[in-house]
Amino acid sequence: MNAISVKVDKLSKNYGKVKALQDISFSVNKGELFGFIGPDGAGKTTLFRILTTLLIPDQGFASVEQLDVVKDFKKIRRKVGYMPGKFSLYQDLTVEENLKFFASIFQTTIAENYHLIKDIYQQIEPFKNRLAGKLSGGMKQKLALSCALIHKPDVLFLDEPTTGVDAVSRKEFWEMLRKLKESGITILVSTPYMDEASLCDRVALMQKGSIMSIDTPSNIIEQFDLKIFAIKSEDMYHLIRDLREYPDARSVFLFGQYIHYTDKSVEFVETKIQKYLLEKGHKNIEIVPIKANIEDCFMELMSKNENIN
Amino acid sequence: MIPVMNSEKPIIIVKDLVKKFDSFVANDHLTFEVKQGEIFGFLGANGAGKTTAIRILCGLSSPTSGQISVAGFDAYHQADKIKKNIGYMSQKFSLYEDLTVVENIRLYGGIYGISRKEINVRTQELVEKLGIAAVQNKLIKDLPLGWRQKLAFSVAVFHHPKIVFLDEPTGGVDPITRRQFWDMIYEAAHEGITVFVTTHYMDEAEYCDRVSIMVDGKIVALDTPANLKTTFGVQSINEVFLKLARN
Repeated sequence: MNAISVKVDKLSKNYGKVKALQDISFSVNKGELFGFIGPDGAGKTTLFRILTTLLIPDQGFASVEQLDVVKDFKKIRRKVGYMPGKFSLYQDLTVEENLKFFASIFQTTIAENYHLIKDIYQQIEPFKNRLAGKLSGGMKQKLALSCALIHKPDVLFLDEPTTGVDAVSRKEFWEMLRKLKESGITILVSTPYMDEASLCDRVALMQKGSIMSIDTPSNIIEQFDLKIFAIKSEDMYHLIRDLREYPDARSVFLFGQYIHYTDKSVEFVETKIQKYLLEKGHKNIEIVPIKANIEDCFMELMSKNENIN
Repeated sequence: MIPVMNSEKPIIIVKDLVKKFDSFVANDHLTFEVKQGEIFGFLGANGAGKTTAIRILCGLSSPTSGQISVAGFDAYHQADKIKKNIGYMSQKFSLYEDLTVVENIRLYGGIYGISRKEINVRTQELVEKLGIAAVQNKLIKDLPLGWRQKLAFSVAVFHHPKIVFLDEPTGGVDPITRRQFWDMIYEAAHEGITVFVTTHYMDEAEYCDRVSIMVDGKIVALDTPANLKTTFGVQSINEVFLKLARN
């Protein structure tokens, strides 16, 4: 059995009437790259702030490296690295001053743990005398990650590191995380981008303070037990409307250049839709059975939860 | 996807747009046109110069050189007229959180000089269309993010602008709401409003009639999503983007 790094049991947190976290339980293994996937308001930041001891939960229990987040908060702070969603370094210190500052408050030096940050820090080292406030978005992100790593934490918390970041930089950031994982650090990362789920060992799909599903990305996809089709025609604007009006339609969602479609029945779905769409005057119709992706699963779980509540 | 009312008439004309900040060239000879009723995706990496160009097109900043016409008005001398004829919405700032839904609508309507009577009529239409009668007197900060974004879009087109600029309108929004938001974009385009949109979601780029991709201040590709994929021999706009922007 794997050793546990982070354990959370029936955790709840409210802000007045808002239930930010509702009865959340999960555990993260040592050395795991674990993703929390969900939109704004899912509770990701609240969870990370509790686990980094910056916020006290209302109910439930949480531990990081076998230390209680409430009682042992001082010890936890030495063991974790935290990169908040909002850039929180000192804008009026230079790149190097920021890094030195974080190293010194953890009673270490840049030299001692340079090997950990080398790949990342080297990319911004040419600008080490520039004020942090004057860096581009991508460079700020690299500096923040370096500062979160400089004391060689056992567990790294990254709160939405790729939000508002372009597709290329996102890809590069995940490549950095993969490398970091090899050094044995446990990484908890949150993101609103569903496509990043596949880059994690395991993920928790979160919505409105609850975890809808926890598993490996491939198992989550396996659990999607509906037949799903990608449909396309020359006139996508009317295609989506016509499919929504189709009596047997279960779900109809735009997905890039296709529409992802599930049907209430299981038999002859393709033939029946083909016929219906032809009657509606669609041309160049394409109907292909496909495998669901994480976003399909997320929307399906969301719809189920909405129906229950 | 070609909306019914899409005509060939350009509503945005940009020729050799250059914007410099001291020696730094943020926009390096941009040339493109956007047709009326078109959904135009304006893509690029962080720092490629998108925001600079959008600020110029919205009349908020002056170009260094080049010819720019937006909704029939010149960007150098008629910036005020441009502002009256466009709508704008971004993820970062959209509505006043400490005003109610109806107060926000009234404020925006008033700023654009719509009569009180007309504001009331359109407000009622909007409340019905969005199905938000129950929350119309609630503060914006008490609404879920998804509702806020849909409302923000409705407010941005409340004065019936010719063009609406959407700067990362769907960031952080859940996947179902994100799609409902695109339904609203399609509807607006169908009614003849030109939509100029930036996004980091590459699947959304596929929903546009045409997309441009900016790298280091230049437009390096501009075509329909289908043509771009054929040209670069790939399956998705995401791959086109990675090929062009990864340097």
